[in-house]
Amino acid sequence: MATATPIETSTERMLISGNQAVALACLHAKVSLGTGYPGTPSTEILESFDALGGRAQWAPNEKVAMEVGLGAAYAGAKVLVTMKHVGVNVAADPLFTAAYTGVDGSLVMIAADDPGMASSQNEQDSRRYAVAAGVPMFEPSDSQETYDMTLAAFQLSHTHQMPCILRMTTRICHSKTIVVPNETDATRYIAEIKWERDIPGRVMVPGYARPAHRRLRKKLDEMAVASDNCPFNYVSKGDGSSKRGIITSSISYVHAREAAPDCDILKLGMSYPLPMNMIRQFIEEHDDVICVEEGDPYLVEQIRAVNLPVDGKDEMYRFGEFDVARVKRILANDTTEEEAPPKGKPPQLCTGCPHRNVFEILRDLGCIVAGDIGCYTLGVLPPFTAMDTCVCMGASVGVGLGLRHVLPDEQAKKVVSVIGDSTFVHSGLTGMAEMVYNPPKTGHVLMILDNGTTAMTGQQEHPGTGRTLDHEPTGKIDFETMARAMGIERVYTIDPVKSTGAVETTLKECLDSNELSVIVTRRPCILAAGKIKEWETAATEKCGCDCQPTAD
Amino acid sequence: MNTNGKVTNVVIAGLGGQGVISASNILCEAAFQTGFDVKKAEVHGMSQRGGSVTTDVRFGNTVLSPMVPRGEADYLIVMTPEEIDRARGELKEGGVMITPDNVEFFDLPSARSMNVALMAVLSKHLDTIPTDNWVHAIKSGLKEKLHDTNIALFETIRSA
Repeated sequence: MATATPIETSTERMLISGNQAVALACLHAKVSLGTGYPGTPSTEILESFDALGGRAQWAPNEKVAMEVGLGAAYAGAKVLVTMKHVGVNVAADPLFTAAYTGVDGSLVMIAADDPGMASSQNEQDSRRYAVAAGVPMFEPSDSQETYDMTLAAFQLSHTHQMPCILRMTTRICHSKTIVVPNETDATRYIAEIKWERDIPGRVMVPGYARPAHRRLRKKLDEMAVASDNCPFNYVSKGDGSSKRGIITSSISYVHAREAAPDCDILKLGMSYPLPMNMIRQFIEEHDDVICVEEGDPYLVEQIRAVNLPVDGKDEMYRFGEFDVARVKRILANDTTEEEAPPKGKPPQLCTGCPHRNVFEILRDLGCIVAGDIGCYTLGVLPPFTAMDTCVCMGASVGVGLGLRHVLPDEQAKKVVSVIGDSTFVHSGLTGMAEMVYNPPKTGHVLMILDNGTTAMTGQQEHPGTGRTLDHEPTGKIDFETMARAMGIERVYTIDPVKSTGAVETTLKECLDSNELSVIVTRRPCILAAGKIKEWETAATEKCGCDCQPTAD
Repeated sequence: MNTNGKVTNVVIAGLGGQGVISASNILCEAAFQTGFDVKKAEVHGMSQRGGSVTTDVRFGNTVLSPMVPRGEADYLIVMTPEEIDRARGELKEGGVMITPDNVEFFDLPSARSMNVALMAVLSKHLDTIPTDNWVHAIKSGLKEKLHDTNIALFETIRSA
């Protein structure tokens, strides 16, 4: 669960997670602003930075976080932007052009991948983004390297005036390992806030973007040289009994070091641009060389593209996480079937979760449910089995509309889009605009399951809660007002626990109406309700009046 | 037990909400205070909603991978009988499994103290970690109002 465990800062050894290591490095590097959107396994970074006294805030989504970060970095700030791997897809638009404009201060983006999908809808390999966008990338193997590389990434970002990716994975983010901080190193460069107009540098109209692209490629050439001299790219010697070499990065390094004490390992901490001279020399010095990498065959493809001979893993190891045993199998080229780990008990909607009643109704009414990303995705499991699609943040709305457009009327009339409150703010608003703009002839029903928090990632605030990352009162988006303002007339608010019957009758009416409707089922997450009450009380006391800023 | 040059592997298994992660925090803090290299791996997120949760703690002079290779756990702690079958394969041959059965004759102040009770049983096997470090770890891992009852429980079981 994403809780901001306070970490006591010290100059001696500390046992902290990779996420805490990023936060600590940001504190030591005097980062001006941290922004991002919650997403496992990245969530605790900003919470920890906030707990340490840093300035951290949640954005409505990763694209906005990236844009806010970019603006701050244009003004000279040192900026951290955090997200999980699928969040990088959302932030990709500003990222690709930020590579052209560069930054004046520095900007480090955390891309936290989830190989094996412990808590994600895909296992995309974000290393591809570094290549596609043309931004440098570091990949730490433990918390110490995460701390060191966060500092190095800010330094590199500033030196080359480039955004920089720190690519982590679940086992880096959530493993605790020992860190000895180095504050002297942290403060080599201090942000200087200033505004200087630079129209050709920052206004990416074609005439300015064409030279900007050439500047980017030149910077990448310079960074390739930097990569060959980067202390995070080094050879870890084996015991000398094998002439075989291993090239690896990220968590795979520690697995490989344990699995193959006999082999030399070229350990890549800066993995884009790659240190090709170092790689060439390593391959020349060893009889045969194999890349050991979780996820996509990124290193293999890059190295083979420059005509260097290197082996890769079998395709069967593209899937899932690595561990020492799997790395041993890869090194032995063992392609026999792997024993499946025993199935554990699946997660489920909590007892007393307000979503449960909604999914019982959706099930009993035989609805076709376009679902979304959050705790409520668990509505797909028995006893509900009341979800038919789940793709990405916000997709419930568009997918539901698409189904309505083409299905025969009797089926179309059963389609419901179901989205949570945080996800709605993240990516549902534009879907609602589409709903008003291109309404299906059977109408549509959008249900916003508002439990007053970003529940799945561990109860983070969002613009619909009216509280900031550290639970202080701030502006609040009102979903019903928003829906009405967009032109939807049927807008309902129902407590799904107190008025379960009303949810059912209202849903039936809306499905039969052939009109557009929005049903907000509002009841706080059972795990968060107590805390929400406390924050609301604190806000009322601070306010000094008897107003009741509750959700009811 | 041998920790000289060898890594000790502990796997803690249970269900979300049972205190698996708290237990692993207590163990790794105790090992850390003792001066060992320590690594801990766990998975958050989806698994928190009542599903199976497993954390790996490894300590010794030098620890490489944070994950305990399957079938190589020296100690397997299972917080609830229903998870034993799933987790059993983590244990190496001759390894020690610790379950609620090991503490059935002790009065637990609440079911939530099971994690501390099982850590107390484990502590008897890990003679390189002194009592003080366990107590410190319990204090740093639990809320202050829980300190007295849990430390008392730990000491009762450890000295039994």
